[in-house]
Amino acid sequence: MSRLQSKFELLKQQQRKALIPFVTAGDPNPSVTVPLMHALVASGADVIELGVPFSDPMADGPVIQRASERALKHNVGLKDVLQLVADFRSKDNLTPVVLMGYGNPIEAMGWGKFAQRCADVGVDGVLTVDFPPEESHEAFEHLQKHGIDPIFLLAPTTNEARIKLVAKLARGYVYYVSLKGVTGAGNIDLTAITEKMPQLRAHIKLPIGVGFGIRDAQTAQAVAALCDGVVVGSRIVQEIEGSNENQILENVSRLIKEFRTAIDQA
Amino acid sequence: MSYDFPDSTGHFGPYGGIFMAETLIPAVEELKQQYLRFRDDAEFKAEFAYELKHYVGRPSPIYHAKNWSSRLGGAQIYLKREDLNHTGAHKINNAIGQALLAKRMGKKRVIAETGAGMHGVATATVAARFGMECIVYMGAEDIQRQAPNVYRMKLLGAKVVPVESGSRTLKDACNEAIRDWVTNVESTFYIFGTAAGPHPYPMMVRDFQCVIGNEAKVQMPEMIGRQPDMVIACVGGGSNAIGLFYPYIEEKSVKIVGVEAGGLGLASGQHAAPLTSNSKVGVLHGNRVYLMQDDNGQIIETHSISAGLDYPGVGPEHCWLKDTGRAEYVAITDDEALQGFHDLCRLEGIIPALESSHALAYAAKIAPTMAKDKVLLVNLSGRGDKDINTVARLSGITL
Ligand SMILES: Cc1ncc(COP(=O)(O)O)c(C=O)c1O
Repeated sequence: MSRLQSKFELLKQQQRKALIPFVTAGDPNPSVTVPLMHALVASGADVIELGVPFSDPMADGPVIQRASERALKHNVGLKDVLQLVADFRSKDNLTPVVLMGYGNPIEAMGWGKFAQRCADVGVDGVLTVDFPPEESHEAFEHLQKHGIDPIFLLAPTTNEARIKLVAKLARGYVYYVSLKGVTGAGNIDLTAITEKMPQLRAHIKLPIGVGFGIRDAQTAQAVAALCDGVVVGSRIVQEIEGSNENQILENVSRLIKEFRTAIDQA
Repeated sequence: MSYDFPDSTGHFGPYGGIFMAETLIPAVEELKQQYLRFRDDAEFKAEFAYELKHYVGRPSPIYHAKNWSSRLGGAQIYLKREDLNHTGAHKINNAIGQALLAKRMGKKRVIAETGAGMHGVATATVAARFGMECIVYMGAEDIQRQAPNVYRMKLLGAKVVPVESGSRTLKDACNEAIRDWVTNVESTFYIFGTAAGPHPYPMMVRDFQCVIGNEAKVQMPEMIGRQPDMVIACVGGGSNAIGLFYPYIEEKSVKIVGVEAGGLGLASGQHAAPLTSNSKVGVLHGNRVYLMQDDNGQIIETHSISAGLDYPGVGPEHCWLKDTGRAEYVAITDDEALQGFHDLCRLEGIIPALESSHALAYAAKIAPTMAKDKVLLVNLSGRGDKDINTVARLSGITL
């Protein structure tokens, strides 16, 4: 059983919802990332989404754009991100890690080599924001060969036919984008999520995580009640941005605990 | 016609496709469906033709640059005068086509990215004409170097949003327009300015711009009794070029040459010539194309004297035409383009856009090596009024 599968099975048994924080690898510099990942787990994270920095993050709002820029100042590329995961794995062999980013850095490495490296270092899933299923044949072939889960986004605009397509191809979990917009936008609509969920559930048997625009514990709690996992990105990255480097772990841990407590009360 | 691209999923060989975040995929699908529906609709075609004739002023003439040709002493240079279009460039052909589609799709808000500002001006113009709200994203660096166009857009009622991220040029303006689109996907039509981006844009923009080549194919025989030996156009994303080239693809006797921005020279790395510099293939802004990038797959900052060519990628059809050998791509440096700019001003009384000056400079390079009865047709994609500040500054003059 894959790490993602075991994790979601366990949570189901415990009747808990997954807390899935997102941080950008190498933000504000590469030495922070691995200790930060351990701190996320210690404060209650179930799965870590690790952002791969990209020069042109079209689906991201200003907060995560700036995180990418900070990481790129230190030249953090895909191979460095993979190395960071390897370092993380030397002390944590249980927490699933999902790489999230854009396709071009992977294309530049080559899907074959990338999937092999993911398997070697212990990456569990890969979410490529700008690669829809229709353009992911090569990606699947290689990810599948190495047992890496392809994670897909669904959106408020996604129609029934596409939900079915994603249901067929996705592994691990499915990530529902809770709003029309970029990461960090503030216009989350709980009613719309509630209304969409039955349509998603009708076809998707995998756990469904919801993210984009979840900025506080209260919203996280409300969203958790509707799905299987809550993804929190910009709010955490903002905390990193606003902290002195020596206080990042402490501040982010406090924030994660707040989210954890709220979600567990959902 | 044996050349039949893109395929139904938007691919030109290995290039093109639809690489977008899920939220936008249904919007792109709908756009494709609507475009395919109206493309062959008699009423749509008639309205497009009417606007091109009465609003844009088409057909644009072809002009024999006799003084310049005889100075160069070789092949005869003819210019397809897209600079004489309303708003001063080829961009309006496409902006009108997309605005007519937006109107039929019930969209009241249009957005655009712009580099040189010509596409922004064209979009602001059609938005005013059809009563639509218009937002134009423009890199902060480009706002500096194309100031006259910024004011033109404002006069036309558009809101110009400066983009401060990344290299603060065209690619960053594209990123920001895509972010707007994903946020306002239901109300908004993205009038994309070049023959790139996710399918159907490369095909749709090409189809709207093909009026350039279709006219030329009728005009050249009227003027000289035959087709030209070579057609030449500058390539940023590639819309003016594909508009001229596409109707000539099956005319095998006509050589096709696209001219990229060589900047400070290919060896310097400071250029915007993904095809000529043998860049790796990659994915950006919705399509797979030749793309200037580093070893980590990060997009690198480009350089060109002309804002409209200052872009790290190129449309997918040009990638395919390069691979198949049907078109040839070359690079012209900033200095060579400037020489072409000044020559056309002084010898023909035409101030060309710096983008178009790249195509002119290539013609000037190749003409002297050819016989006097050979004919080059150069796409003069736009006029250079917008560039006079840049040219003055380079000559050490403050206006
Ligand atoms: C006059 C002119 N020519 C050419 C271009 C380059 O674009 P494309 O390659 O799409 O024709 C521009 C773009 O701004 C332009 O303004």
